[in-house]
Amino acid sequence: MAFRFFGKSLLYALPLGVTFLDCVGYVARVDGISMQPALNPVPDEKDYVFLLRWGTHNSQVERGDIISLISPKDPAQKIIKRVVGLQGDVVSTLGYKHEIVRVPEGHCWVEGDHTGHSMDSNTFGPVALGLMSARAVAIVWPPERWRKLENELPRRRRPIQASKNTSNYYN
Amino acid sequence: MKVLSRLGSLVRYTVAYAAITHCTFEYIGDFVLLHTIASSSQPKPVPCVSFTQHLSLHLCKGPSMEPTLYSDNVLLTERLSKHWRTYQPGDIVIAVSPINAGQFICKRIVAVSGDQVLTQKPIPIEAEYSGSKEGAADKKKPVMIKDYVPRGYVWIEGDNKGNSSDSRYYGPIPVGLIRSRVLCRIWPISEVTGL
Repeated sequence: MAFRFFGKSLLYALPLGVTFLDCVGYVARVDGISMQPALNPVPDEKDYVFLLRWGTHNSQVERGDIISLISPKDPAQKIIKRVVGLQGDVVSTLGYKHEIVRVPEGHCWVEGDHTGHSMDSNTFGPVALGLMSARAVAIVWPPERWRKLENELPRRRRPIQASKNTSNYYN
Repeated sequence: MKVLSRLGSLVRYTVAYAAITHCTFEYIGDFVLLHTIASSSQPKPVPCVSFTQHLSLHLCKGPSMEPTLYSDNVLLTERLSKHWRTYQPGDIVIAVSPINAGQFICKRIVAVSGDQVLTQKPIPIEAEYSGSKEGAADKKKPVMIKDYVPRGYVWIEGDNKGNSSDSRYYGPIPVGLIRSRVLCRIWPISEVTGL
């Protein structure tokens, strides 16, 4: 009887939980040093961030947001980076094959805060916004690191020429 | 009191079924409708309803798959096989458009990473800004070169070669953009075929 009840409640709760994680957001651990100093400032301590999925399906991002996206090199891997340029912007690159790049339509330019120790758009070029899965809004663990993640972009990494029309005019 | 408890159970069942539907469509497979809004000789944007995205309308580009798929066809797609098989050339897939994240495209995979494709040489932005006019015009001339599809990317093309914006226009797309693989056409009934 108890087993049947357990099975029934699992059948009920599992889809609800998965839907909640898919639609609202979830907590994920940040690996690696690519986002220092904003995330993982001490190499041995891993930060846990809350990734908000609510409202990100229509790809409303701004420069300076920290987003989580599927790696364009390996679809099984997720990476967390900061948006530097949106579509239409002209950004100066750091070691990419072209010195300046205009971000194509529907793409964005992402970079890790730890310049030189990050696998980002300077390696693989602009990424399609469709790869974005969530936006990081806060560090939730460890408790002494609890804070909201601010939308900030260092002045030296601002786009050379910012596009005025960053929203999609198709819809 | 009775009305309230009835209402409560109704809400509970609605939420539960919405969640089950979401999980099925998100992880197992879904139905995709290819649909035209205006009939015209010009390639018009075609909305394609994917029930996974909370029943919202999405735009699919033109009649790009025409000899195989027509507008108003309903396709059955699946999302399970990506866990044990890689995408092969010849698969028809639904992907998020790389030039507009709110739009879905339905194309055929032509080449996977490591294959060689004929592609247009990208125009560097320096050419746009260079001072001399004739030099810039010379650099802007399209040059066809053979290139390999990079790791983690696929090359997609529509079956309607003359009327499709695909990898020949925006280059290879990352595998992460692919949502699902088309299994068969289920509507119209007379044309039920595996693809």
